[in-house]
Amino acid sequence: MGLLDLALANLLSPVILSFALGVAAALARSDLSIPEAVAKGLSIYLLFAIGFKGGAAVAASGLDGRLVATLLVGVVLSAVLPLIAFALLRVVSSLDRIDAAAVAAHYGSISIVTFVAATSVAQSAGLSPEGWMVAVAAAMEAPAILSALWLVSRGASGSGKMDADLWREVVLNGSIVLLVGSFLIGWATGAEGLAKIDGFITVPFQGVLCLFLLDMGLVAGRGLREARAVLRPGLLGFGLGMPLIGGAAGWACGQVLGLSPGGVMLLMTLSASASYIAVPAAMRVALPQANPSIYLTLSLGVTFPFNLTLGIPLYLAAAQLGA
Amino acid sequence: METHPAKRVEIIIEAIMERRLRGALEEAGVTGYTVLPVLGGSGRTGVWSREGQIGRGSGMVAVVCIVRPERVDELLDAAFAVVEPQIGVVCVTDAQVLRAERF
Repeated sequence: MGLLDLALANLLSPVILSFALGVAAALARSDLSIPEAVAKGLSIYLLFAIGFKGGAAVAASGLDGRLVATLLVGVVLSAVLPLIAFALLRVVSSLDRIDAAAVAAHYGSISIVTFVAATSVAQSAGLSPEGWMVAVAAAMEAPAILSALWLVSRGASGSGKMDADLWREVVLNGSIVLLVGSFLIGWATGAEGLAKIDGFITVPFQGVLCLFLLDMGLVAGRGLREARAVLRPGLLGFGLGMPLIGGAAGWACGQVLGLSPGGVMLLMTLSASASYIAVPAAMRVALPQANPSIYLTLSLGVTFPFNLTLGIPLYLAAAQLGA
Repeated sequence: METHPAKRVEIIIEAIMERRLRGALEEAGVTGYTVLPVLGGSGRTGVWSREGQIGRGSGMVAVVCIVRPERVDELLDAAFAVVEPQIGVVCVTDAQVLRAERF
């Protein structure tokens, strides 16, 4: 299947069309909405399902040395990508050091929803990514925040603060605890455990993902509608170009590590995606002077839709090309 | 019915700061307060809504405290240390309470 066919198949899948429906409804100012509690419930289901299945896959295939190596590479990618993003932002936009560092932190960290969607696409394409990529996703969440704070501390305008409370909130945020916890449960209980709850976490998964992406489309569409003033051409170009730089870095690392095509695709997706759950919250505490509408609009309104529609098929094609 | 003067302090602050604010209030001896969800709004950084949000990075909460008038400065000093660099609103209004011994 060529890249164009892959992209078309992805664009016409129920999950992407659900996301498009959400964006269109928000842009058209429809009153369609998903209550906060329902959205949280859907995200809990998806994280539990993806973590559990990852753990069960590890129980079936066993661990190897690549896990530790991939974890380390993931941490390095998360720490280094913000430095590239920061340099790029200072060239293509007029953002000051603090806003640029805050945006950069988002691009080093990961979007767990993009990861869930990419895992679903990989499995639909017949790939079997390494189950422990779930742990890599968790490890890549926080290092980018430290890089951003270091970038700010090098400027004259002061530094961010990263106290023990914030550390705990970042490292033990609900998404990470659930993802890693369900991974461990899946690993401990293996195929037998999976068989017991398979009907709950496998069959409804795609349908729940559709509803969740409908919600993400609504949130992204509302963000886009309200933040047109923020999206200067330079920033828009960054929001579309940075995922490709991150994806390329993920591809190269995946090849060096000898990951399967599914694993390479997921590492590309993790490197290409931008956080919009953990890092925005951390930035509000550590860098309250940074403008949240810039980083939320870029992450949720530009990079997330790009990755979901065009990025994931591109990463899938690149991963298969390198196989 | 007899009423007593009090001060009602309402602090609208980012949800991520709620725990820090409550800690600061409790350290200042303010043990009575109510936390309310805030659905959405608009301010200097734009319009926002809690609809469909799954993270705490973009939401707000309202913390409401009612104290005796002589304690309001202490409360505001504690709250302001947390609120000052963040997005939010602090307002103080005169109130009347029925059971003065509870505040």
